[in-house]
Amino acid sequence: MSPKTDADQAPRWQDELYDELRRNNITQIAYVPDAGHSILIDRSLADPEVHSVGLTSEEEGVAMLAGADLGGARGVLLMQSSGTGNCINMLSLISGSRFPFLTLITMRGEYGEGNPWQYSMGQAVEPVLKAMGVICLRVERPEDVVPSIRAAVTMVFQSGRAVAVLLAQKLLGAKKF
Amino acid sequence: MDSKRNAKDAARAAAPRFLLDRCQVVPALIGRQEDFLHISGLAGAVYDLTALTNQGDNFYGLGGAMGAACMMGLGLALARPDKRVLVTTGDGELLMSLGALTTIAVVNPPNLSILCVDNGHYGETGYQVSHTSHGVDLEQIAQGAGIKMTRTVATEADIPEGARILRQGNGTAFVLVSVKPTDAPRVKLNLDGAVCRLAFREALLNGS
Repeated sequence: MSPKTDADQAPRWQDELYDELRRNNITQIAYVPDAGHSILIDRSLADPEVHSVGLTSEEEGVAMLAGADLGGARGVLLMQSSGTGNCINMLSLISGSRFPFLTLITMRGEYGEGNPWQYSMGQAVEPVLKAMGVICLRVERPEDVVPSIRAAVTMVFQSGRAVAVLLAQKLLGAKKF
Repeated sequence: MDSKRNAKDAARAAAPRFLLDRCQVVPALIGRQEDFLHISGLAGAVYDLTALTNQGDNFYGLGGAMGAACMMGLGLALARPDKRVLVTTGDGELLMSLGALTTIAVVNPPNLSILCVDNGHYGETGYQVSHTSHGVDLEQIAQGAGIKMTRTVATEADIPEGARILRQGNGTAFVLVSVKPTDAPRVKLNLDGAVCRLAFREALLNGS
């Protein structure tokens, strides 16, 4: 094995994010395949204490997390900005019944985006979520990821709110085309 | 191979459908309702279950968010492996969320059962026909999704087997019950989802 460099040893913010979710007893992770969430998805699949559920469409995860709450479990929905649009009516379940709801959204269609198809939904994410009663916390720097998750967890599971943490394209890096 | 397939298709086409009365067959299939945590979809199913459970605290019924019922059942079943979870839904709601059947089949929790009350119509909006009236077979779709334990209940003779499937524990079960396009029991619904959520959690998590 080659000696580890500093970059190898520095914990990735994605790992710190996953650890923070697990420290807060989140045991259901609903996801759609996504490059930006791939570290979280892989960690959840390897975690025997977690139900990691791949979805065919994002709104399935909204309903699943409401069911988890009825049973006393905490969950998170991992999706991309485009998937937010698939959730709109299902979010009436969250706001109407005041279910706690946490989602992490990897953003497309903003800073440096090279695929024009991504802009319509990417730019609509915040107004649409706000219209459905979901509070948005936007993260652009790696050092803000864990504090933002910590804040979101308190807002969701202590205060019963619906919160989306938006992982900005500036944080993730724009996909090359 | 083709002739075998054709014979199977012909048998399905000739099978009785849309004959049973939901007001009788749903209670008969579920039996002792206290044995389950119930989630029901909107429209007919929420009336069936509100009547059957007398709006019990082991029941959370939807008045909207069409398509939510099956996945709520999955989240609840994963959260509470010590309890049996029954999702009751209709053909209209299930047609809107067919992907959920595939997601559930992959996870396959043994404590989850789905009962789809198929009347071939959208009763709530004035009895427009649904795709199941045109031959769409939701039990076959559930099978194709990968749910191993499936049955169709189309006559009274099928009820005991359907009831047994809903309570077996080897994997997720799916029962399609084919009923006449007539109303579910017209009882008063509690449409305040926040109140229903709190009552359900209070009873389950704090024990009552």
